[in-house]
Amino acid sequence: MNLALSDEELAFRDELRTIYTTQIPAEIRERIRTGAELTREDWVTSQRTLNAHGLAVPNWPVEWGGKDWTPTQRHIWLDEMQLASVPEPLTFNASMIGPVIAQFGSQEMKERFLAPTANLDIWWCQGFSEPEAGSDLASLRTTAVRDGDEYVVNGQKTWTTLAQYADWIFALVRTDPDAPKKQAGISMLLVDMQTPGVSVRPIKLIDGGYEVNEVFFSDVRVPADQLVGEENQGWSYAKFLLGNERTGITGVGRTKVRLAVAKERAEQVRTASGTLLDDPLFAARFAEIENELIALELTQMRVVSGPVNGKPNPASSVLKLRGSELQQAATELLVDIAGPDSLPLRAGDDIASPRWAQRSAPTYLNYRKVSIYGGSNEVQRSIISSTILGL
Amino acid sequence: MDFELDSEQQLLRDTTRDLLARSYDAEKRNQVVATDLGWSREVWGKLAEVGLLALAFDEEDGGMGAGAVEISAVLTEVGRRLAPEPILDCVLAPGGLIADVGTVEQRGRILPGVAEGTTLLAFAHQEPGSRWPALDVSTKAGRDAQGWTLTGRKNPVGHGDCADLIVVSAALPDGGVGLFLVDAGADGVRRHGYSTHDGLRGAQIDLDGVRAEPLGGEPVDTSAHIDAATIRTQAALCAEAVGAMEEALRLTTEYLKTRKQFGVPLAKFQTLTQRAADMYVSLELARSMNLYLTMSVADGRLDPVVAARAKVQIGRSARHIGQESIQMHGGIGLTDEYPVGHYVSRLTAIEHTLGGTADHLQVLSSRLRDYSLVEF
Repeated sequence: MNLALSDEELAFRDELRTIYTTQIPAEIRERIRTGAELTREDWVTSQRTLNAHGLAVPNWPVEWGGKDWTPTQRHIWLDEMQLASVPEPLTFNASMIGPVIAQFGSQEMKERFLAPTANLDIWWCQGFSEPEAGSDLASLRTTAVRDGDEYVVNGQKTWTTLAQYADWIFALVRTDPDAPKKQAGISMLLVDMQTPGVSVRPIKLIDGGYEVNEVFFSDVRVPADQLVGEENQGWSYAKFLLGNERTGITGVGRTKVRLAVAKERAEQVRTASGTLLDDPLFAARFAEIENELIALELTQMRVVSGPVNGKPNPASSVLKLRGSELQQAATELLVDIAGPDSLPLRAGDDIASPRWAQRSAPTYLNYRKVSIYGGSNEVQRSIISSTILGL
Repeated sequence: MDFELDSEQQLLRDTTRDLLARSYDAEKRNQVVATDLGWSREVWGKLAEVGLLALAFDEEDGGMGAGAVEISAVLTEVGRRLAPEPILDCVLAPGGLIADVGTVEQRGRILPGVAEGTTLLAFAHQEPGSRWPALDVSTKAGRDAQGWTLTGRKNPVGHGDCADLIVVSAALPDGGVGLFLVDAGADGVRRHGYSTHDGLRGAQIDLDGVRAEPLGGEPVDTSAHIDAATIRTQAALCAEAVGAMEEALRLTTEYLKTRKQFGVPLAKFQTLTQRAADMYVSLELARSMNLYLTMSVADGRLDPVVAARAKVQIGRSARHIGQESIQMHGGIGLTDEYPVGHYVSRLTAIEHTLGGTADHLQVLSSRLRDYSLVEF
């Protein structure tokens, strides 16, 4: 047993730290640190800079821009990025469709899509969930019917994150309505958002923002060479993709930064006997969340450094569950620190309530999403109880 | 970074696990715990035979020179089987102090017998009215023409009822806290032995002008050594708790699979399986923190903050897993005959030894201003 990083790993970490803190524009990192919104251009600038340094898609095959890193190196890459408040490469590109195309796509598809996907020249969105297919994703109804060299797609997707920015969508569609199991009749199609018949309708969320959408398909004609892999194999590609999503969702580094910011804020709130940080009840709550985060980080390190035997470490299922809960705990803490200053919404700099406090309630409300997406926490518990505990 | 046991450590773990599994099932443990001694000299002999009592001592003191990782591996197995043998109370904790503070002569005279299982030690430190972390020592050490004497009251002393030789902390005339060796049969020693709620044993020890031998020759302030021993003991207790939690969860999942109600196994009810998943999460978080503390101690980093991190997480996890284990068993979980309740009792006792969860959370919350970003 050994808790320390090796000298090589420490040098690797320092090298990344330097790139992150000197190459990514400071104002973008400050927006991430304080939880302000990023523009589409911010995301693109950051990912292109990372890509120029070979740091956008290390999880891909080397041939397509990936790195032959150890799990520990990959962990350091992501953790340092989060600690430096660098926007992560767009998950739909880097963690979802990129690895799927690299693994299952044709050579032609790889050549056409992978480089622009890594560089965020194409912005992807994810067309999975439907109004009647949430956690029960396999019951999706959007259909694709083969007609010559094309598929004709009809149906509706929902909760499509940042579809308003997207150039392309990767969508799960039903190609065999008669398959004996509903999972067996699903395929994955790549669809240009500009194709006639695709329309996007924003869903306004409780925080007042637009980040998710409904996407409608009405007789959308999609060239058959935009089918990923084989017809009716889409479910296995989706499972591959969602497996990648869960491990990236932990967010220990992000939550650490958020807690550090919360600590700064709490030190500025005056109470009858000092500042909020001196309040024993508040301090105990804060210390407890920090401790839970350390326990999660160590669990993540166990998973990352564990023996590689082809089987995922069972403890990895803990990561999404606890990671999302602690992200929520941190946003909850911030809105409680803001207190009455959390009431004004987007009232600008002309009032006494600071910007961060005005953002705290929307962020708190928005972050209720993290225990719902990426496989809801109830689904994670079901995975633990069935695959680990054998229940 | 490496969180795994190496092959020798795995062998040690497996040896301990097998020995204790052969020695105890729930019924046998209940029988042994009900005896006057509360543990088995026969099992003790076997533990000594395979070298488990010699584990932590240097080779020149008759030991095996093993470190915190090995101790943690063994204690996890003790917790898993709920073995009542006082490895921590009678060997590791007091023996570690003798190894740390004792003279070469004292170590050579005492430790080989401890490693062989023939001498039982105890560490008498805690006193009525004081609790961790403010373990004020009011037992007084005084010097007369014949040497040193001790007067005071120690309680609770883990397995102080059966010890042959007691390591006692006492306030020195010129300040500081010294450590002394007291023969349990010496004049002026009065022991009031008792069972603890987890089936183990303890004692109140009253000392009235008892002859005592300073540990380390001349008595000096040993507070730093006591603090270090405290962290090592906290680490061992955390390891034991992980073993106990693992078994409590295993018993509970077995029960959910086999117990039928409404014509189906309890595992058919999601309200139970979702909660069992949360117990697993608690277990893994506790395991991670225990490994952290273990590795820190193994690296010579005896840091009360690290110990507090582990004690807080393990305290929380133990309450969660313990209470849910009983609840999911229903009434059977409360019976003496069925093991799960005994695990909960032991976990509760561990939490209240060397600082409860709230005490350790206080350690952490009082240091928030020392750093911006939390790191391990």
